[in-house]
Amino acid sequence: MNVSSELELKSFVLLRLGERRFAVAAAGTAELVAPSRVFRFPHKTAKIEGVILRRGRIVPVCDVAEKLVGSRLTTRRFYLIALRRYGQRTEWVAIPVTGECELISAELNAASPSDEPHVAGWLSHGGDVIEVLNLDALTPGPHNLLPNPAPSQLPAKNSRQNKAEARP
Amino acid sequence: MPPTAPLKSVPLREEQIILFRIGEQLFALSSSSVQEVRSADSLSGGATEIDAPGVDKVRQFVRRGNNTLFLVSAATHFGISAPEGILAFVLRNTRTALLVDSIEKMTAMTCLQALPLSFCHEERQWYRGLTALDQTVVPVVRPEGFLSNEDLMMLDAALPPPELFAGETEAEPDADTDLGTELN
Repeated sequence: MNVSSELELKSFVLLRLGERRFAVAAAGTAELVAPSRVFRFPHKTAKIEGVILRRGRIVPVCDVAEKLVGSRLTTRRFYLIALRRYGQRTEWVAIPVTGECELISAELNAASPSDEPHVAGWLSHGGDVIEVLNLDALTPGPHNLLPNPAPSQLPAKNSRQNKAEARP
Repeated sequence: MPPTAPLKSVPLREEQIILFRIGEQLFALSSSSVQEVRSADSLSGGATEIDAPGVDKVRQFVRRGNNTLFLVSAATHFGISAPEGILAFVLRNTRTALLVDSIEKMTAMTCLQALPLSFCHEERQWYRGLTALDQTVVPVVRPEGFLSNEDLMMLDAALPPPELFAGETEAEPDADTDLGTELN
């Protein structure tokens, strides 16, 4: 990444989990939806609560609050539907959030080696320093896929679309 | 916000399925993979106890000709707190007789969505995928997912010698039984 691209403003979605705010790259998000029925069935993936039905798709619900703020959300106002990459494949994942989300433009400061894997970088907004999340590292998935780029680098430019990705 | 949306469900030609319950939980199973439906009592009447280390979901087996069927507690397999099932699905091309609580209904599914990759543990062996029926999401079980090769090795190793239960074999059912037609 050169200097000019580092200074470029990018779009982010600010989300709230309890008292804290986090950001995800807007390019990796789809929509914010009101909570709907979560369908649960037996499984062994601890972070996944179940699935919701959204526009004919079945979307897993992943509560990331426990990892990020230390406790599961007791109240949730929305689901942020975000894109999760698994190697070359992509799927939606629903992230419960406690407040409304905000779309902002900000400069991304790259994560340092000492940051946790789920930190894609940092941004400044309204006097706060906010963690930009790498959902690929934060949400569960098979371990035998190639590592994914941080959300700040998404979407991949000019890459051949995998068959797993539908056209709009 | 731009999205490159992932694929929707894979359209299928209509597939007949059996919706069944274990406790309160609903599951689906392709009717073509069910060879017989029996009451658990009628099957376990000729069954022999088995105790295979690490395979708690199997407590009994039945000899059928040269085959051995293992009675698998679906509740134990899925970790559901429910009494032992009262119906047994003999699953075609497997050695599993699956104990379930009840049959909800026979129906058809037209779409099957692969299990999202977020689900990354044993459930990937348990389910073929998920289907949406009447605004409800139902997991579609994989018939061969109830007993792994390791389970079968442990179970085979725990079987008593054949001469001890030579007189307790069940007759093989007609392999061409079309359960979907029968249940309908």
